[in-house]
Amino acid sequence: MAEVMAGGMREGEKDPGLYDFRPYRDRPPIAWPEGKRVAVWVSPNLEYYELDPPASPHRKSWPMPHPDVVGYSHRDYANRVGHWRMAEVMTKHGFPGSVSLSVALCQHVPEVVADANARGWEFFSHGIYNTRYSYGMDEAQERRIIEDSIRTVREATGQTIRGWLAPALTHTPRTLDLIADYGLSYTCDLYHDDQPAPVHTKSGKLISMPYSLEVNDHYGFFIYNMSPRDYADTLIRQYERLAEEGGTVMCIPLHSYLIGQPHRIGAFEAVLRHIAADGRAWITRSGDIADHFLNGGGYDAVAADAARHRGEGV
Amino acid sequence: MTLDPAYLDYPRRQRGMDHGLYTWSSIFDRPQVAWPGGRKLAVALVVSLEWFPIIAEGVFKAPGHMQTAYPDYRHYTAREYGTRVGFYRFLDAFAKAGVVASVAVNAAIADRYPGIIRDIMAAGHEIVAHSTDMNGTIASGLPEEAERALIVTALDTLERVSGTRPRGWMSIARSQSFATPRLLVEAGIGYACDWVNDDLPYVMTTPAGPLVNVPVNHELSDRQIITVQQQSADSYRQQMNDAADWLAGEAGGRMLALHLTPYIMGLPYRIAVLEGLLADLAARPDTAFLRVGDVAQPWLGSHQP
Repeated sequence: MAEVMAGGMREGEKDPGLYDFRPYRDRPPIAWPEGKRVAVWVSPNLEYYELDPPASPHRKSWPMPHPDVVGYSHRDYANRVGHWRMAEVMTKHGFPGSVSLSVALCQHVPEVVADANARGWEFFSHGIYNTRYSYGMDEAQERRIIEDSIRTVREATGQTIRGWLAPALTHTPRTLDLIADYGLSYTCDLYHDDQPAPVHTKSGKLISMPYSLEVNDHYGFFIYNMSPRDYADTLIRQYERLAEEGGTVMCIPLHSYLIGQPHRIGAFEAVLRHIAADGRAWITRSGDIADHFLNGGGYDAVAADAARHRGEGV
Repeated sequence: MTLDPAYLDYPRRQRGMDHGLYTWSSIFDRPQVAWPGGRKLAVALVVSLEWFPIIAEGVFKAPGHMQTAYPDYRHYTAREYGTRVGFYRFLDAFAKAGVVASVAVNAAIADRYPGIIRDIMAAGHEIVAHSTDMNGTIASGLPEEAERALIVTALDTLERVSGTRPRGWMSIARSQSFATPRLLVEAGIGYACDWVNDDLPYVMTTPAGPLVNVPVNHELSDRQIITVQQQSADSYRQQMNDAADWLAGEAGGRMLALHLTPYIMGLPYRIAVLEGLLADLAARPDTAFLRVGDVAQPWLGSHQP
């Protein structure tokens, strides 16, 4: 059996060495349950942003001086209105959530966390707050936020987190090694593929779970400035292509302060209706995808494919 | 560089909000709101009527303010176009649709163009105080005395010209300091339109007493959709109708604020879209056009969260 290359990020080198190069051709097939073509997971970011967070030396929290009323209250819309509007539509069409959680939400608004848990959603960590950045943390500090995440989510939901999406996408060179060291199975921070793949870590067995920035509602609405219906059309095109190719993963990352706005939620519901009716989607959670990939032969097949390409050189 | 150990302290990691300005609640768990006539959806038209000095000052530069080297004729006059021309297209469109609106007015408009204030009042629209002029921005860094003077000057001026002291407030770019809610209450304001975290009003708590927040959703503004996100006016109309459909379909009353800008939506090639949208909304039996003061009314004097 092929071994996955060991060793963490090559800090300071031009190639961080996070994973193997494997072209999107002649790959071993990845089979999803019941012959489904594409694993679809919806990832609501359930977040808490602080009104007056401490300054990070590496990144500003808010564009305006604190209090940034529009920035803060826009995001607070999620925990007063948007979450339930989004969650009801997901439940109605049979889509569970895989939650990217600011774990301090367990303290601030446990009602939102309990609602998601009651719907059968999975939780992974998105840091303590989305206004606390990992840049510049030493190993002990980063271990503290990982341990805090594991403990807080377990106490609030009974679940043990399996994955990680760095808070506000802020990392250190140690992040992937550390989450692997704590036994986590997947990272959502790497955007190099439409299929899961092993990640090179010092220990453990970590995979990259295809998340998405490109079809993230934040990118759709604030990077590409799409209308609600254009964004819905984008999701359907993304789905159709990935279902046609097969063995793929499609993530729909959401923020309920965006997708849960009244001018957007109807167009989004049409997307869920389309995917649910299509029949080619394995509509599931990130942890279920990870389990199937790790234990169903996918991981070993991909590791062997990686070894084959290593033999060819780069 | 190692982070300060205090960066991992969370002194406000607690039940509820990380500040004392309002309490948390879910819109789906609150007592249901009924609008006059049993309507499901309150549509609040909120027009920003603003005067931009050709010399930009203030704690930050207001959206829409001067851009080029001095003298910026293009932005100074294009904003004035909105006041002279676009706003009157709005007034005519509101009259044609038979609806009332709220106008967030810089005090400088009242000083400079008192006839506009008379026209607003004669049509039954509401005046909401909107700072002094577009240099009257508020944010942390503005000394409290200066902020208090700005608020009081705006209210005094609007009262002198209109005959009525406004009870409503909207900050420029909805930007506040930590002192703003208290200073507004101290100045006699009952409701403000700055926080965008809900689809219904709610009550804030300040050391000077309660303040009703009426959320005027910035995501649904003509500025955000047309100017910032560069979507078409037709798409804007469709999005507003989609929002109205969704909100009217939820249990309990909801509000839909249409934030309109005369120099954006009052242009000749866009005004017909606004007229069409008003007709769409006015034709709905489940919808009532209310001024923001009317929308705030059930919360004024109440202590419901």
